[in-house]
Amino acid sequence: MNIFDILGPIMVGPSSSHTAGAVRIGLVARKLLGEKPVFMEMCLHGSFADTGEGHGTDKALVAGMLLMNTDDERIPHSFDIAKQENLQIIKCVVNLKDAHPNTVLLKVCGENGTKLELVASSLGGGRIKVYELDGMKVEFTGNYPTLIIRNLDKPGPVAHVTARLLENKVNIANMQLYRDSKGGYAAMVIESDDKISKDIIDDLQKMESLVKISYLE
Amino acid sequence: MGLTSVKEFIELSKSKNIPLWQVVLESDCDDTGITKEESIEKMTLLWQTMKNSSKSYNKNDKSASKLVGGDGGLMQEYILSGKSISGGIIPEVIKEALKMGECNACMKRIVAAPTAGSCGVLPAVLIPFQKQRNISDEEIVKSLYVSAGFGQIIAYRASISGAEGGCQAEIGSASAMASATLVYLCSDDSISDVADKCANACAMSLKNLLGLVCDPVAGLVEVPCVKRNVIGAVNAISSAEMALAGIESKIPVDEVIDAMKEVGDLLPSSLRETGKGGLAGTVTGQQIKFMMNNI
Ligand code: SF4
Repeated sequence: MNIFDILGPIMVGPSSSHTAGAVRIGLVARKLLGEKPVFMEMCLHGSFADTGEGHGTDKALVAGMLLMNTDDERIPHSFDIAKQENLQIIKCVVNLKDAHPNTVLLKVCGENGTKLELVASSLGGGRIKVYELDGMKVEFTGNYPTLIIRNLDKPGPVAHVTARLLENKVNIANMQLYRDSKGGYAAMVIESDDKISKDIIDDLQKMESLVKISYLE
Repeated sequence: MGLTSVKEFIELSKSKNIPLWQVVLESDCDDTGITKEESIEKMTLLWQTMKNSSKSYNKNDKSASKLVGGDGGLMQEYILSGKSISGGIIPEVIKEALKMGECNACMKRIVAAPTAGSCGVLPAVLIPFQKQRNISDEEIVKSLYVSAGFGQIIAYRASISGAEGGCQAEIGSASAMASATLVYLCSDDSISDVADKCANACAMSLKNLLGLVCDPVAGLVEVPCVKRNVIGAVNAISSAEMALAGIESKIPVDEVIDAMKEVGDLLPSSLRETGKGGLAGTVTGQQIKFMMNNI
């Protein structure tokens, strides 16, 4: 751990896992959605459900959806701010099988009708991991610029995407491939060392067999 | 990969003849690639934030669960009454620790040091101490590198998470970090003697809190967490006093840290932040939890 993992982060209390981590999950969801949210449903699992209220987990998730960072002093008032911004919120409890105790299922919808569903866990010390995106198993932390591409499971897309990144000198730090079933849907999660420009993403949008592209800076 | 043993940490300070804080600064800059100026700027921001959190305290604030809030205010009144048993800096330290712990529980902005639950220990000793001795902010920032260095080693060899190692890993680590920091700030010995005394202070504080379990009532970072910051801070002072007096830990500090790891591994999960055993499992602890779930 580097020394600023020991001293720091600067955060709004009370818990790095239940508050700071939850803000980061909300923030990741908001960035993946890519537009102003108008609706969010948060289904809390395990310890998030049991102690979430006292830890402000719900407020923290909403704060993240409103683009607040973990040290934003408006976090305790995020529900009021959400109201002003016409973000409708629903809260419930779920039991997700085999999930980490601090897990949430988020279903969000943006002003242009974009929808997103993700399952993410807070692993302690403010670190998080996304485990499911729109029903597809994935795994990423949000610590790097992350490109998530969902496509039809056919030969070609992986070569196409990596070639585009190579042309633009984007160095890949991590890459994972997932698929639902043979010939069904597949997903690529690429964590890169460098930011991926809008031009590259626009170019990738034209790819054949593409279903959806999400980018997290 | 940062510092991995106190032995190495101290040897580096001695062989290069540079103070401990500089060893930490240089090793972190090498690891992360940031410049010394950037690093110092970041550390200064952490110190300013600690002081601001203390100022943001309001004795009328209550946590969402209503379990904590107001104790820093009661301590302040008590100090003003002049009836304190110990007097001097100790009641101030107790007050600061309570204030910080309560700020955290009331969703104020704090600096995790090393965690949010134990965020009160370092500022509780440093804020009153700076006032009492008129220490510059620059000097305090340097001392924070010393505490981060010890913290890094504890995190590497053992843990700084209550869920992994019990409260000894949170309040215990914070206390060890704070006591080494205090020794660094107070000692006018040679670089090499200061290093040895810091290590002894760190060892003694950790030893004194070895075995402390993590048992938050209803799983919330409130009871006993807020008040545990007090014992962490006061223990840091007593261990620093002993180290400054020349008292040594019979067990070398790296071995103490390894013992903490072993003890942490042996703790049942009910005593590692699950909110099940210890104080959380008492009749009252369970009642509070029950009430919380049925509001
Ligand atoms: S009891 Fe547990 S949650 Fe509370 S301060 Fe100690 S380690 Fe942290």
